[in-house]
Amino acid sequence: MSWETVIGLEVHVQLDTRSKLFSGSSTTFGAPPNTQAGVYDLAMPGTLPVLNEEALHMAVKFGLAVDAEIGRRSVFDRKNYFYPDLPKGYQVSQLQFPTVGKGSLQITLDDGTQKVIGITRAHIEEDAGKSLHEDFQGFSGIDLNRAGTALLEIVSEPELRSAREAVAYLKKLHSIIRYLGISDGNMAQGSMRCDANVSVRKLGATEFGTRTEIKNINSFRFVEKAILHEAQRQIDLIEDGGRVIQETRLYDADRDETRSMRSKEVANDYRYFPEPDLLPVVIDEAYIEAVRAELPELPDAKRARFVSQYALSEYDAGVLASSRAMADYFEDVARLCGDAKLSANWVTGDLQALLNKSDLEIEQSPVNAQRLGALIGRIKDQTISSKIAKTVFEAMLGNEHSVDDIIESQGLKQVTDSGAIEKLVDEVIAANPDQVAQYRAGKDKVFAFFIGQAMKASRGKANPEQLNALLLSKLKG
Amino acid sequence: MTRRTVAELSRSLDRGEISSLELTQDYLARIRAHNALYNAYITVTEDLALAQAKAADARRARGEHGPLTGIPLAHKDIFCMQDVLTTCGSKMLANFVAPYNATVVERFNAAGAVTLGKTNMDEFAMGSSNETSFFGAVRNPWDPERVPGGSSGGSAAAVAADLCAMATGTDTGGSIRQPAAFCGITGFKPSYGRISRWGMIAFASSLDQAGPICKSAEDAALMMNVMAGPDSRDSTCVESPAPDYMTTLNDSLQGLRIGVPKQHLAKGLGAEVEAALQAALKVFESLGATVKEVDLPNNHLSVSAYYVIAPAEASANLSRFDGVRYGYRCASPANLEDMYKRTRSEGFGSEVKRRIMVGTYALSAGYYDAYYIKAQQIRRLIKQDFDKAFQDVDVIIGPTTPHTAFKVGEKNDDPVTMYLEDIYTIGVNLAGLPGISIPAGSAVAPNGRSLPIGIQLVGNNFAEARVLNIAHQFQQHTDWHLQQPEV
Repeated sequence: MSWETVIGLEVHVQLDTRSKLFSGSSTTFGAPPNTQAGVYDLAMPGTLPVLNEEALHMAVKFGLAVDAEIGRRSVFDRKNYFYPDLPKGYQVSQLQFPTVGKGSLQITLDDGTQKVIGITRAHIEEDAGKSLHEDFQGFSGIDLNRAGTALLEIVSEPELRSAREAVAYLKKLHSIIRYLGISDGNMAQGSMRCDANVSVRKLGATEFGTRTEIKNINSFRFVEKAILHEAQRQIDLIEDGGRVIQETRLYDADRDETRSMRSKEVANDYRYFPEPDLLPVVIDEAYIEAVRAELPELPDAKRARFVSQYALSEYDAGVLASSRAMADYFEDVARLCGDAKLSANWVTGDLQALLNKSDLEIEQSPVNAQRLGALIGRIKDQTISSKIAKTVFEAMLGNEHSVDDIIESQGLKQVTDSGAIEKLVDEVIAANPDQVAQYRAGKDKVFAFFIGQAMKASRGKANPEQLNALLLSKLKG
Repeated sequence: MTRRTVAELSRSLDRGEISSLELTQDYLARIRAHNALYNAYITVTEDLALAQAKAADARRARGEHGPLTGIPLAHKDIFCMQDVLTTCGSKMLANFVAPYNATVVERFNAAGAVTLGKTNMDEFAMGSSNETSFFGAVRNPWDPERVPGGSSGGSAAAVAADLCAMATGTDTGGSIRQPAAFCGITGFKPSYGRISRWGMIAFASSLDQAGPICKSAEDAALMMNVMAGPDSRDSTCVESPAPDYMTTLNDSLQGLRIGVPKQHLAKGLGAEVEAALQAALKVFESLGATVKEVDLPNNHLSVSAYYVIAPAEASANLSRFDGVRYGYRCASPANLEDMYKRTRSEGFGSEVKRRIMVGTYALSAGYYDAYYIKAQQIRRLIKQDFDKAFQDVDVIIGPTTPHTAFKVGEKNDDPVTMYLEDIYTIGVNLAGLPGISIPAGSAVAPNGRSLPIGIQLVGNNFAEARVLNIAHQFQQHTDWHLQQPEV
């Protein structure tokens, strides 16, 4: 029997505001516990919230980037529950009137086709603090540095149909928020967190199955693994005659399994009601247009432009446009060297391989765009060959020497003096009479042998085209 | 004995007839002598008061003073005051020393007022008699067998017994005006949003409003000049600057249109209170005002709507008192749930727990629409009734309370009867309007004691200056506000 997986994602993005959502406390990550908690964050009696305009601005920016309806009048609500890391005993969130309404984004499937995924809503809310259960001899510690940090919770429609689609959606979301500069999207540090609602149904069925919510998934890889595992668990359960229970499950990456956290059937009644300490947020057309004017070129538009402007393949354009920093890097290189195609090959090839190997982001690249552009420029003007360029590239790591200095000091400059190349060719022909005879007897393959010998004799520096032409004419005799 | 109003004390200080230090020592002596009986203060900040008085005298000597510089003041213990115990009348906060100042406190400090201490109040401002305080009931200076009203009962008693020159209060459903009426003094609740709520411990956020408790409308204007105005720390505080409330106090009442709600003259109103009201209306007519009846058809629903909205907001506002970060925590909790349950069961009194339960219920799934949403709809209707009435009149005048002060313990077993005593004040909070209670008569208790009667003047939104002007003109032509109990 064939099964279909139905997935909806709830993604919490920590907005990169300088201060918290409702207080002036700093949001810097990693400060000593409770040093970034002011009187409001500690829920001191008598304290009141004041909305951080920057957070609203970022939410609207996101909304416009995913073509969403912007709530002209959004309302904050109190979501009531008791937990020690929730100082007020309620979380200020948006229930009925979120700042961002219905929108959508486009993902690329494995076969290259595009699919539009609906976004139900995105609402602004405050984060809780952290409970620390170790190192306190039977007590729990509470760190309220994170309490009150601005979050944007982005809820997708249940329109994702596989773990791969879910990952593609998440990566696209990640790319967009990074483009917008509203969050660093660092999943390991928790600035982007993902909960997945997963259900299965028989292929062709129209009703949704009972869903479970998987919490605590903190990497792209785990999103895929958690969903795959959970879908299979549900299928096995149903095929064995069981029934899926609506519940919250926790993903355990170490064991690669999900396990039950709490049943939704006995879930909290959060007793939402409008937060009386805050006024409704009214957004007018002028505000929306001002934010729209600040929107950068987004990944889809950039990819399309790369294809049309630079004649790149869809794939290369997609890779380069996936991150704003990568795209900017590529365009800098292309502008400096004047060859977009070659630049794309280098950025997605040697440079990407280097970054992957050292686990670095493009922003931390040991070779900046100026130097890579200069290197490719020297290939273009035939100072060095593509092959020698790889040697130069290696030599550029770990120092700030200019490309030209490296070529000069290591004597890597290409030999284009036809007299010198002719001398090389003559020597190679003279030294290998057997192979000459074979070639002349019609064994064309031996030609590569002569190229290899001549290149070796020039220590790779001979201009390949000149060498090719000379060898050809001399061998033909 | 004649009352010393803030205005008079300020003039005495100006003329150098008395220093702030002498005045402060005098008030501190009165507190030492009489507070044991009235229980008006929870905390007396003697050292602070003396230091502030000296500083005020120095400021006056340098000519850097305002009218309130050096005037002794008491704050309701709902206002956070840095490094001072701030209890909100609760065991829950009996050990809580606030780490910051409320805006109201900050502004009186900046004005150079002298803080004598923090006054007693109903626990978390939930009560109409000041009997729910963890620190014991407050006694009415006119008759210590009787309550001073609540929740700002300590502030009202302190002003009435002259244990301070002026005091701050807060009013969620009548908590400034009702005790002012019971204690024969002047109590003003401005429009919602006119005074910052920052640092004022929340009971019901959409209704809570700070205001002056003092001896005259003129004193209230002097206090409003310090308290009112925008505050970027309170999003619900209006951004428009507050006017100088002193400049309009003497405006004429010629042509003033007074509305008297017919619902306020219906059954339930005590005969003595009604007589005092009618007499007061005659005074206003003699000053050139006209009186007509106005209709507030939904006023009878105000108490019911209030007792859904206020507890609903309170149930969330009081969630922070969980024993985790500050305040009371139960002894040796077995686990987290045990800590929550026992901390809150032991730390809150019964009236507070009753309202948390009611509010939690009203917000619960399945009841939200029937209670919370319905109550908000009624609130809108009540506001619309007032809006309509103010198309025809400039001010609405009626009784503040149906009766004079009741006896300590008299209504303890029947919360609903107690709630219904707030029938004239609650609608004003639901509509967010400014309302003042001023003394306008007295009744004689069976024991021969004289008991004050208050009337309420309600203005349109942000018409504080007009309300104070009307009250002041009444006080220029009557002397009820100057009567003082035998202390």
